[in-house]
Amino acid sequence: MLELKHLTFGVDSEGAGREIVRDVSLTLPDGRLIVVTGPNGGGKSTLARLIMGIERPTSGRIFLNGQDITEKSVTERARLGIGFAFQQPVRFKGLQVLDLLRLAAGRKLTPADACEYLAAVGLCARDYINREVNASLSGGELKRIEIATVLARGAALSVFDEPEAGIDLWSFQNLIEVFEGMRRNIRHSAIMIISHQERILNIADEIVVLKDGRVDRQGPRNEVLPDLIGTAAAVASCRRIL
Amino acid sequence: MELDSIQKHLLEEIADLHAIPDGAYNIRSNSASAGRRSTPTIEITPKADVSGLDIHIKAGGRRESMHIPVVMTQSGLKETVYNDFTIDENADVVIIAGCGIDNCGMADSEHDGIHRFYVGKNAKVKYVEKHYGSGTGAGKRILNPGTEVYMQEGASMEMEMAQIKGVDDTERTTTAKLAAGAKLIIRERLMTHGQQRALSTYVVSLNGAGASADIVSRSVARDDSFQRFDAKIVGNAPCSGHTECDSIIMDRGRILAVPGLEANDVDAALVHEAAIGKIAGEQLIKLMTLGLTAQEAEEQIISGFLK
Repeated sequence: MLELKHLTFGVDSEGAGREIVRDVSLTLPDGRLIVVTGPNGGGKSTLARLIMGIERPTSGRIFLNGQDITEKSVTERARLGIGFAFQQPVRFKGLQVLDLLRLAAGRKLTPADACEYLAAVGLCARDYINREVNASLSGGELKRIEIATVLARGAALSVFDEPEAGIDLWSFQNLIEVFEGMRRNIRHSAIMIISHQERILNIADEIVVLKDGRVDRQGPRNEVLPDLIGTAAAVASCRRIL
Repeated sequence: MELDSIQKHLLEEIADLHAIPDGAYNIRSNSASAGRRSTPTIEITPKADVSGLDIHIKAGGRRESMHIPVVMTQSGLKETVYNDFTIDENADVVIIAGCGIDNCGMADSEHDGIHRFYVGKNAKVKYVEKHYGSGTGAGKRILNPGTEVYMQEGASMEMEMAQIKGVDDTERTTTAKLAAGAKLIIRERLMTHGQQRALSTYVVSLNGAGASADIVSRSVARDDSFQRFDAKIVGNAPCSGHTECDSIIMDRGRILAVPGLEANDVDAALVHEAAIGKIAGEQLIKLMTLGLTAQEAEEQIISGFLK
């Protein structure tokens, strides 16, 4: 379970302080999928990065399963069970897909084990396992490999920052299936997805709308989603991507 | 001659040799031969006038292999060795060379290996050379390889050169002249640390129609080390050439990449790429989100880059 208590994050912008996340309090219980949506610039990605420890809050606390992790490093949070998929996955010259999956799993993976994770994100494992995670991979391929690394971690809390960003429509359809599969197998873990996509919002247990750094709305999908359809917070996939 | 444990360790590092290899070999240890074997297709003869070997590789209908490692464990030793390889038309050979120096003394140890390759028509050569230095003495470990390659029509050669650890000073000079349809591929991997210095100079002349060369260097300069990568391709005919220098700098390391392309024929297509930079912060963070410490992440990135 993840708890955010009065989380605030500010930056210096041309000498003036600017708050990107303002007094956000949220609880994400195990077994739930929460989607954080809202207009661009509303603080969604920053919130995700605060949870992973990539950014440090100006004030407020973060608890994972009751433990205060506010002062923990990225590495420590990863070891405590937080997984993170970047909006723009990083490329590595020389590191192969199998290397990355092994590092993610934190153990020796047989190629057969690794193939399971790749198959889960819709990649034909045999074609990818020895590929370098470099510029030869397309945006969609890279995104799916990024998600496979999070699956391989088996994290207690998995955070996905705009998984739909930068991929083509065909890849997006497959991606939805990946998240639907994750939702079915969620068991005792929790999932947070930052997204504008109606189809991703559709599989949420709960939706949080973040606007100007504040929680604008929060509630079960069937209460929040109808009001969002057609706004920038929830667009149909074809409109947003094409 | 019996090899001691340090010499055996060096052999493992540079040639993956744990025992006497199959096929032809010559093991040179502290300026003397520690063992040699010719085969019906690979004839190894010591030179009479200077230190070194004449190696004649005949076409045997299948891929042959040979090992010619050099190990030095005596501090203060300085030697220049000339090895000439004559590779017959249609021959196919893998040559594992390499030099390991262990210097525990105060005096510098230096091995200058001059290799000349005469590659016959349609012959195929794969050449693997690893450099390695160890030992805690103040004496330097110096390696200056000079390589000359002469390739006839349709010949192909792939060279893999690696120097990952422990060599204080290197000046590598490689020249190649390619006839029509010949193909040269060079892959260089280099890591320098401490006060090390490594200079690598290539001049590849593409003299016949359809000749091609592809030279790629990946390197890491750490601490206060310095590297210079100077690769020149000269296109004298309709040909294609590509050089690439891809480097990571760390600490106070310095790298100078000198691109050189000379086109003397309107159909010479020559490309150079060079990129030098530190490890991207995002790469470190990504691996940290997988549970690695910053230092572990750095090691993974470098070992992948130099793989």
